[in-house]
Amino acid sequence: MGLFTFSGGIHPYEGKELTMEKPVKEYLPKGDCVYPLSQHIGAPASPIVKKGDRVLVGQKIAEAGGFVSANIHSSISGTVKAIEPRLTAGGAKVNSIIIENDGLFEEIDFSANVMDLSTLYREDIKDIIKEAGIVGMGGAGFPANVKLSPKNEDKIDYIIVNGAECEPYLTSDYRRIMEAADKLILGLQICINLFDNAKGIIAIEDNKPEAIKLLTDKLKDNDKITVNTLKTKYPQGAERQLIYANTGRYVNSKMLPADAGCIVHNVDTIYSIYEAVIEGKPLISRIVTITGDAIENPCNLLVRTGTNLRELIDAAGGFKDGIMPEKIISGGPMMGKAVYSLDVPCTKGVSALLCMSRDEVASLEPTNCIRCGRCVEVCPGRVVPSLLAKYAEHGDIEQFLKHNGMECCECGCCSYICPAKRHLTQTIAGTRKRILANKKK
Amino acid sequence: MTEIIIAAAVVCGVGIVIGILLGVAGEKFKVEIDPKEVAVRELLPGNNCGGCGFPGCDGLAAAIAKGEMPPSACPVGGEAVADAISEALGIENVESVRYVAFVKCAGDCEKAKNVYEYIGPKSCILAQNNPNGGPKACTYGCTGYGSCKAVCEFDAIEIIDGIAVINKEKCKACGKCIDVCPRKLIELVPYDAEHLVRCNSHDRGLDVKSACSTGCIGCSLCAKNCEASAITIEKNLAHIDAEKCNNCGVCKQKCPVKVIT
Repeated sequence: MGLFTFSGGIHPYEGKELTMEKPVKEYLPKGDCVYPLSQHIGAPASPIVKKGDRVLVGQKIAEAGGFVSANIHSSISGTVKAIEPRLTAGGAKVNSIIIENDGLFEEIDFSANVMDLSTLYREDIKDIIKEAGIVGMGGAGFPANVKLSPKNEDKIDYIIVNGAECEPYLTSDYRRIMEAADKLILGLQICINLFDNAKGIIAIEDNKPEAIKLLTDKLKDNDKITVNTLKTKYPQGAERQLIYANTGRYVNSKMLPADAGCIVHNVDTIYSIYEAVIEGKPLISRIVTITGDAIENPCNLLVRTGTNLRELIDAAGGFKDGIMPEKIISGGPMMGKAVYSLDVPCTKGVSALLCMSRDEVASLEPTNCIRCGRCVEVCPGRVVPSLLAKYAEHGDIEQFLKHNGMECCECGCCSYICPAKRHLTQTIAGTRKRILANKKK
Repeated sequence: MTEIIIAAAVVCGVGIVIGILLGVAGEKFKVEIDPKEVAVRELLPGNNCGGCGFPGCDGLAAAIAKGEMPPSACPVGGEAVADAISEALGIENVESVRYVAFVKCAGDCEKAKNVYEYIGPKSCILAQNNPNGGPKACTYGCTGYGSCKAVCEFDAIEIIDGIAVINKEKCKACGKCIDVCPRKLIELVPYDAEHLVRCNSHDRGLDVKSACSTGCIGCSLCAKNCEASAITIEKNLAHIDAEKCNNCGVCKQKCPVKVIT
């Protein structure tokens, strides 16, 4: 059988060898932890603790502020220092709960949350997932329980675990598969059992043969879960491309994956669902890959949410020769966000911290479009990026929408491939955000 | 020979019949045009800039003729046009105040700090999507990529040292820049208002200080010393009411950050 894939896409330098074989080490924060109330898509959570309160590891400190919203739990023990706006990796100041670390890591009794699986209804499991504050950990931060509650539950026939990890440099999902394969399978089993007709797919790119072998061996006798080998190509792990590669179904910007009968979850999200349901632990830690050529010892760390990013850099041996890198990106190099201050907390959606000693993009001035058509060739969303960017630059929203500008998934392939080094993705993404913001009004 | 005469006669006949029909139709389906409207339209500048809020000069002419808008509604024509229109319509022209656009930011490259280097499309609107809404530490100030300059039809905006500066003489107060500025930095002020606050930051004084050496810190020294009590402090930002201001200039002298012109 051939490899599963989609049309378009690019093959950037992978850079995964830096951290691929580094086992995950746990890192406990030394300093204070900051918990932004908006770590997810949707309404910000509302704090339920006040200044001076003592909190324990795993204690709920903020409650979901709406249907699409998520709870936030403390990942350390200590006292609440303040609730004030703090800078986040996204660059905006967000209202945050700051907890002074007492270094004891005193936990609440997680076993009290554990319930006998055989006595639980499906709604109960969704409630546990909601209570644990689990959101999509690939970066977008969509609450997991909302994803698992589609309108038409009978229509769901595939739950796809996104183990593609198509972003260069990132290895956190790979390490999760290698080190916790059994728990991952159990987590997926829990999700499958929420639906009558669902089957599980674990989709992994073929540059991770060991992970594929490990899971295939473990799932030999399981007829509900299959392991699909994807072609190594960016953006193989984008939701719409992943659904098309695995099931041959198209999803456009007006549809949800559930409309095509699919639910897509990140590896780490599924693992967190396992932890919440079986071990009673809320989402308080995640694997972060600290990598890039400016880092002394690139590594994978199990990090508590709220930890200061500067601490993580120090845990990875600091910057090479003590030189401040040219560019620091939270997330992968293609879709991650450049951060301008390291005094920001690690949130639920931060999968990597990438430090580059040379900014390869900055040195190149954009020139005129030469109409070579390469952006059209690589675009996985099947739009014409050069044309959309032109309309976006002129503020011509009508034409932008007419040429399906909203189908862009902001993957960055067009900017990567453009020989004229035009800022295609930035321009299109900016206009899309403007249109979405105007719609909300 | 007779063929030519017949042909000519037929053509003439058809011509006469169609002529009569058109004449009757022209009388019957006549659209009433207010002669006042035509007169006003002729007096308006005619560059269809849209500054008055109507799609073009025709729209405004109709509104003025109907009395829905005052004769001074055209910001481009100014007083001369207003006088001419009121004379043509035979109504009294209420003395109009000339307005100009004003950018509420003085944080040029030297005074305002940048927190990072921005590489991307040079457009204020698109730069807003970046962390912090652009490289400037102040999230209220002018980003200086000239989106306002691009829409100005009168060439009245110049980007000098990273901030937009308006040429008072050229500005016709059409308001296009006000709509396009993503940070809502531009407002209309009377032409002869001398003292204005060149800042838009609602941050606390300490945060303003760390971002810009000339930002308004909301110390209220100007408000306390204003004889005409024309200055109010709202959300850490001073605002001068141009109607009350008597141009004494005390606020300018007292301001510790020199943000008042």
